[in-house]
Amino acid sequence: MVKKRLIPCLDVTGGRVVKGIRFENLRDMGDPIELATRYSELGADELVFLDITATVFGHDPIVELIERAAEELQIPFTVGGGVSSLEQARTLLRAGADKVAVNRAAVEAPELLSQLAEEFGAQAVVCAIDSKAGEVVTHGGRTPRGIDTVEWAQEAVRRGAGEILLTSIEADGTREGYDLELTRAVSEAVSVPVIASGGAGTVAHLAEAFEAGAEAALVATIVHENPERIPSIKQELKEAGWPIRI
Amino acid sequence: MRVVLADYGAGNLRSVSSAFARAGAEVEISADPGTVGSAPLAVIAGVGHAGAALAGLETRGLDEALRERAAAGRPLLGICVGMQLLFEESDEGGAGLGLFKGPVKRLQARRVPHMGWNALRLEGEVPLLDGLAGADVYFAHSYSVRPTEDLPRAEVDHDGPVVAAVQRGALAGVQFHPERSAQAGARLLENVMAWSRSA
Repeated sequence: MVKKRLIPCLDVTGGRVVKGIRFENLRDMGDPIELATRYSELGADELVFLDITATVFGHDPIVELIERAAEELQIPFTVGGGVSSLEQARTLLRAGADKVAVNRAAVEAPELLSQLAEEFGAQAVVCAIDSKAGEVVTHGGRTPRGIDTVEWAQEAVRRGAGEILLTSIEADGTREGYDLELTRAVSEAVSVPVIASGGAGTVAHLAEAFEAGAEAALVATIVHENPERIPSIKQELKEAGWPIRI
Repeated sequence: MRVVLADYGAGNLRSVSSAFARAGAEVEISADPGTVGSAPLAVIAGVGHAGAALAGLETRGLDEALRERAAAGRPLLGICVGMQLLFEESDEGGAGLGLFKGPVKRLQARRVPHMGWNALRLEGEVPLLDGLAGADVYFAHSYSVRPTEDLPRAEVDHDGPVVAAVQRGALAGVQFHPERSAQAGARLLENVMAWSRSA
């Protein structure tokens, strides 16, 4: 059976990995490919590069990063953050990203998902959904869209998304656990894999997300603070009975 | 050794090409039927739509070059959609090269695409998978091959058996992505090259 995945998310800007609190006080964490390679060696199953300034500075550094990642990484990676058009998504996939995550652009033009799936296959198309109180939000949670999260997830899949990256804005950054009710509702409503995101603080939180139906768990702070924890996190999950790649 | 990736105008070949280079190959990406036909090892890789991929091969005359090299017993490896192209009619649209018998069907499982790491179970002698029984490799696909002939193979379980690799003589296909399968993937590529040298 397919293994549950642990997916570290790296925030990048200007070709560097950064860390900050709510996109402020950004601190340089180093070269994305070096960090990504380290995570891969430690057992990360997959990676997400989130370009946190794509909409501000354009896409050149991220394209260069993708080309290097495609050449040097030995695990799959998704690229997202500020993808605003079909053309941009296509550029990222053509540069060698295994998957592209689209968020606001898909909310505003859902046909984008079908166009990407038609050209690259559904397995390359991730619909990233930010949710607050069961409603789809964009712009880091500041803009409510008046759309029910579960209904949007279903439509995204009908349109061609091959995976849902589901972030609870309320849980994000709390380290108090994923939004399990949300994770369960979306996982039950769609037939594609769901990646739970936002709120991971402990290994038990990851297990809860899997229990709620998630196929994968996105992690940030808990592995960035100490990447060496990845093997022990996976070992603990395996010992708890989850199918995990060791 | 020289490895030629068939460039049919779809899919990004950067990661596959780099993975072969890491395994020690001298890699060339080519759309020329002569080059693809005569290479010591030819590879059809890429993701996306099987119908579009076959059309891309045909436009460039690569379909004939690949059929000829298969008939002559020269090593040919298909990866992911490239493996599906070695078979016959696909649910996704279009015929394949028909080098192996059997259709390509949409996966029947609770979660499609089949996405993530899954452990190989060997059925029969598959030299390509030497040392890889039980290894986890990375999958990302919604369609899979259904061989109607008896082929040595590896399967994985995704709400039922899914064919992960097949091999008959110098012709082989893998549904997973060796270029994204960490050490297990690197081992596969080394096996492929060793097998091509001896074929």
